[in-house]
Amino acid sequence: MAGAGGGGCLAGGNDFQWCFSQVKGAVDEDVAEADIISAVEFNCSGDLLATGDKGGRVVIFQREQENKGRPHSRGEYNVYSTFQSHEPEFDYLKSLEIEEKINKIRWLPQQNAAHFLLSTNDKTIKLWKISERDRRAEGYNLKDEDGRLRDPFRVTALRVPILKPMDLMVEASPRRIFANAHTYHVNSISVNSDHETYLSADDLRVNLWHLEITDRSFNIVDIKPANMEELTEVITAAEFHPHQCNVFVYSSSKGTIRLCDMRSSALCDRHSKFFEEPEDPSSRSFFSEIISSISDVKFSHSGRYMMTRDYLSVKVWDLNMEGRPVETHQVHEYLRSKLCSLYENDCIFDKFECCWNGSDSAIMTGSYNNFFRMFDRNTRRDVTLEASRENSKPRASLKPRKVCTGGKRKKDEISVDSLDFNKKILHTAWHPTENIVAVAATNNLYIFQDKVN
Amino acid sequence: EDTQEKEGILPERAEEAKLRAKYPSLGQKPGGSDFLMKTLQQGQKYFDSGDYSMAKAKMKNKQLPSTGPDKNLVTGDHIPTPQGLPQRKSSLITSKLVG
Repeated sequence: MAGAGGGGCLAGGNDFQWCFSQVKGAVDEDVAEADIISAVEFNCSGDLLATGDKGGRVVIFQREQENKGRPHSRGEYNVYSTFQSHEPEFDYLKSLEIEEKINKIRWLPQQNAAHFLLSTNDKTIKLWKISERDRRAEGYNLKDEDGRLRDPFRVTALRVPILKPMDLMVEASPRRIFANAHTYHVNSISVNSDHETYLSADDLRVNLWHLEITDRSFNIVDIKPANMEELTEVITAAEFHPHQCNVFVYSSSKGTIRLCDMRSSALCDRHSKFFEEPEDPSSRSFFSEIISSISDVKFSHSGRYMMTRDYLSVKVWDLNMEGRPVETHQVHEYLRSKLCSLYENDCIFDKFECCWNGSDSAIMTGSYNNFFRMFDRNTRRDVTLEASRENSKPRASLKPRKVCTGGKRKKDEISVDSLDFNKKILHTAWHPTENIVAVAATNNLYIFQDKVN
Repeated sequence: EDTQEKEGILPERAEEAKLRAKYPSLGQKPGGSDFLMKTLQQGQKYFDSGDYSMAKAKMKNKQLPSTGPDKNLVTGDHIPTPQGLPQRKSSLITSKLVG
């Protein structure tokens, strides 16, 4: 059972240790903008790991079969396929550049030998088919082996082409392009449990698509006010319920989540449930709304809970309780006294993602200085780890990190003022069934696994 | 628990005071609205003759907005210049995550 192993706490301690497994990407200090990773996603089995970057490229890694000859080596992830998903575009009507940056990748559940994923930039969603070819037909009648057409009059006998093995070739082809449905920037896509539809959300609207139909999409949420001056909040993330195909949620920049039921009405402007934590009005400041903005929302695998990420914390909500979250985990509370400079350097607008482990017993999210945080919901323990090439010996255990908030700094602690705010971990992913995590640190992808006992 | 909360408030308010001291023109409305405008800003703006005319007309009546946290306001309020445009992107190559 994922993550439950023998009483160990997923956030470290006792018999549980996170270890370095692999790192991908260039070592040099000079990071090209295009190489910045902007999306990380395991597929449903965990055998494939996809990344998207600011240059519009997708790289897919595949887990190697475990080698019986090397019992201590867990399956490593190696490059399986790579392709240019989106290219920079120019909207001539509005004089705007459309970035090719991949905002989100979502895999479709596998139904046959091929793999399908959805990738999106700010405006256009694409369905990609990734398929293997390991055989090739030989012995055509009308063309030579090198492809040149034969003169039909020279063909004196007919033969049946036969399939011969060839070196594995992995091909990626765009099967559907879902365009022109979003005026604002697409922040989320989510595949429905019916495996036929998916939603896409931008700042003000949520659209429902059928995977087979590209020239039409159905608008299910529209929060654009008649007068834009009255705009008070935007949609920040949206996701379908993992089991109930009529239910989805969307989060807002004001820290609220709305759950909608598509059975109750066609246009889901009115929510079925409204989740908001009450705020103490005496604690309100200029920053309150900004730091309450939800940057990610994720249902638990069980479908009973959902998790939201705001600037300083991760909250777990019980879908049956709208009044407040059932858990609040502080990610980096020490930043509360740095909000002024974080506003000036725009870091306060960074959008961190969060993820559950396969059994929903642990959650994970990123922070600054290439730190990431894991919270074990059962033991209530948490740990801060670092993605760094300094800890990159094979199977090296990761040492917990600690940030010193004031007063005397102990050895091995790092002070808040020494944190590198350019090293942000915005995107992380947890394998669906095993204790393997993928962490995107700017232009590098780290893979960590638990120690094989 | 009450005292803990109050201690949590003070750093935030102190930070707000710092910010207002640096940017006296910071709006009285909470930071959310500036944030929204920033969010909805639809990417890099290039020269647009419609915007240019609108901006010229508006500027006859009011001052240019100051730079600072309010920079990157949406269109129609200032005139983009060729000097302010970013360089065109370089050609596309394979990701360094591959091998």
